[in-house]
Amino acid sequence: MSDEANKGLLSPLRRKLLMGMAAVPAITMLPRASFAQAPATSAVNTTGLAVTDTEVTVGILHSATGTMAISETGSIEAEKLAIEQINAMGGVLGRKIKFIQEDGASDWPTFAEKAKKLLVNDKVAAIMGCWTSASRKAVLPVMEQYNGMLYYPTFYEGLEQSKNVIYTGQEATQQILAGLNWIAKEKGAKTFFFIGSDYIWPRTSNKIARKHVENVLKGKVVGEEYYALGSTQFNSVINKIKLTKPDVIFTDVVGGSNVAFYKQLKAAGIDLAKQPLLTISVTEDEIDGIGGENIAGAYACMKYFQSLDNPNNKAFVPAFKKAWGEKTVIGDVTQAAYLGPWLWKLTVEKAGSFDVDKIAAASPGVEFKGAPEGYVRIHENHHLWSKTRVGRAKLDGQFELIYETADLVEPDPFPKGYQ
Amino acid sequence: MTDNRFFNRSELIGILVLAVFLVVVLPLTLDVFRLNLVAKYLTYAFVALGLVICWGYGGILSLGQGVFFGLGGYCMAMFLKLEASSVENTKIQSTPGIPDFMDWNQITALPFFWKPFNSLTFTIAAIILVPGIFAWIIGTAMFKRRVGGTYFAIITQAVAAILTILIVGQQGYTGGINGMTDLRTLKGWDIRPDHAKIVLYFFEVGCLFVCIMIAQFVRHSKLGRILVAMREKEDRVRFSGYSVANFKIFAFCIAAVFAAIGGAMFALNVGFMSPSFVGIVPSIEMVIYTAVGGRLSILGAIYGTLLVNFAKTSLSETFPELWLFGLGGLFIAVVLAFPNGLAGIWGDYVQPRIDRLIASRKSKPDGWTDSSVADGAPAE
Repeated sequence: MSDEANKGLLSPLRRKLLMGMAAVPAITMLPRASFAQAPATSAVNTTGLAVTDTEVTVGILHSATGTMAISETGSIEAEKLAIEQINAMGGVLGRKIKFIQEDGASDWPTFAEKAKKLLVNDKVAAIMGCWTSASRKAVLPVMEQYNGMLYYPTFYEGLEQSKNVIYTGQEATQQILAGLNWIAKEKGAKTFFFIGSDYIWPRTSNKIARKHVENVLKGKVVGEEYYALGSTQFNSVINKIKLTKPDVIFTDVVGGSNVAFYKQLKAAGIDLAKQPLLTISVTEDEIDGIGGENIAGAYACMKYFQSLDNPNNKAFVPAFKKAWGEKTVIGDVTQAAYLGPWLWKLTVEKAGSFDVDKIAAASPGVEFKGAPEGYVRIHENHHLWSKTRVGRAKLDGQFELIYETADLVEPDPFPKGYQ
Repeated sequence: MTDNRFFNRSELIGILVLAVFLVVVLPLTLDVFRLNLVAKYLTYAFVALGLVICWGYGGILSLGQGVFFGLGGYCMAMFLKLEASSVENTKIQSTPGIPDFMDWNQITALPFFWKPFNSLTFTIAAIILVPGIFAWIIGTAMFKRRVGGTYFAIITQAVAAILTILIVGQQGYTGGINGMTDLRTLKGWDIRPDHAKIVLYFFEVGCLFVCIMIAQFVRHSKLGRILVAMREKEDRVRFSGYSVANFKIFAFCIAAVFAAIGGAMFALNVGFMSPSFVGIVPSIEMVIYTAVGGRLSILGAIYGTLLVNFAKTSLSETFPELWLFGLGGLFIAVVLAFPNGLAGIWGDYVQPRIDRLIASRKSKPDGWTDSSVADGAPAE
């Protein structure tokens, strides 16, 4: 092009224009030059992921519709907030994060289909997503087959470990054991009554809890009952509770069933201020539906409460409310979802690469000091070291922190002696 | 003469167009991921095809086809799951050699009803027979007592709800709400890589055409005419000496078996089976596919299934939070404006124009292409 320009007779104006055009590429080069330390794409992306000189694409895969939308919306919001904050700080390896959101529609095969679409068609560098165990189990073979990276936020039953998944929530022993220890010591509890929803997570959690009660605490499980997902009739189990008078009611009832359960418990005259109840399935999100007055006094065992008093959380809560509205509440899983993009960013920077294999290898030992829950670190088994906390539900729907473990609890997805 | 047994000329053209579309056009234009999605959509086409016979011709509205889809799918999935749960694959479990979900539920030995599913022959037989016999039992219990119409639809719905609860509740034996995931090989042949997906797609299309032929045969046989007569005036058929119940049972069984084949294909193509295809909502969705396509048209039902599922995928990819409204709008629009679905649009608007075009080109009438017989229009 410039050869031709030299040959022709050019008016000064045209010459100026041409010079200007020649300068255009130089200008577009500028932003790239300004990220002096941003490494070349060819060096950080050897497997054909959606990484350009200025952008990297990740996927967000949750249910925006269907029965799970009410739970998963918080996770979507937290992940978007984290991505926005990371971008405001300059992105990852000099690249802004762009996200593609897909709807799992509360339908497990749809999750698998969308995960495949994100990996195969969109070549996303990582996926933040899934919520229920069922959706994770559906997505897992896809992640392993196409070598993707999933950041999974929910506390779950354990018995799983994959190179292609980072579990940012607690596995069962992390969530249960410290809480049981605390309540046994604090309340001198010897007898426990278990109530759960009927699927893999409550069943596995209660199995672990039962072994711990019987073998470690030397207590007794006086009842164990399961209800189908979505059940709203708990009167018979409440009668059994009244008959057996357990020291502690231990519950992992999920979703909308909680509303009926706590209302009926209250109506039956069981006062949670006097009858200790420990739940591993109620967060601030659920209390929104249950109503603070129906559950005040119950203990919940989690790793995060919105009311936590630490500098990270004091910055996180207002930022979240500013982004998503003053009335939103932040539950345990929402916070864990917020960790996903941050842990991924830190891992990519540690590995110096977006390649999934390198991220999987670099993940153990990655620590995030800015976590709202305090401090977390990734274990060799791709779960997080984190503290277990017990909170007491208050009338206003928030939890008051009652107890936290002194140290981080080691994740142990395949606990010996509990299977 | 055999031509008349299966289809007239315009139906033959329709089937050939569909064959070219599925066998040539789609594989050439779509990447493997999208082709696999089409394979998934086509599994529902089996169900829609069954509904055309059962609902469109026989007038028996079943809102429980998910039951049969699920039974077929679970039979296939049980075979695949057993193969994926070999001792070396499941070393990590406390009882190696049984499916992972059994291990999680403290089951230590393979239940007796799982054992025959080690055999592929048994599995294939079960895919056809289990839903077939189940449909026969329901059909006999209902139709012999002259339960029909709305009551029958409600009962099929109840069956769908019961089966879902059963599967979810018996999670040690069925995988519960998670379903059966991580299906890997069929007789040692890996069903997950791209080339396997392509092979499975063509296999599925082949099976679909076999089913289309069966449906065409039923439609053109005396049996099909009795079904239509029953739909229009049941009592007259009964008074003419036909056993209405038996014909209804037959239509219901054939719809069930088609649905089960679809379910088995689903397990193979998607590598997954879960109770979310068994319940009331998916069953109703399957009826919607048929309604959109046109419940009186065999080919219409297939195009309807493809269209609705394609819309579902593309709308949900583009508008992850609003797509359900778009889909709902599509259903309402189709059902209100075109009660006979896509096939109705074709038969009322497109086909007559084509016929007129052909007729105006030809100066002398041709016995073979008599347009009054031409049948894109589904009504008999």
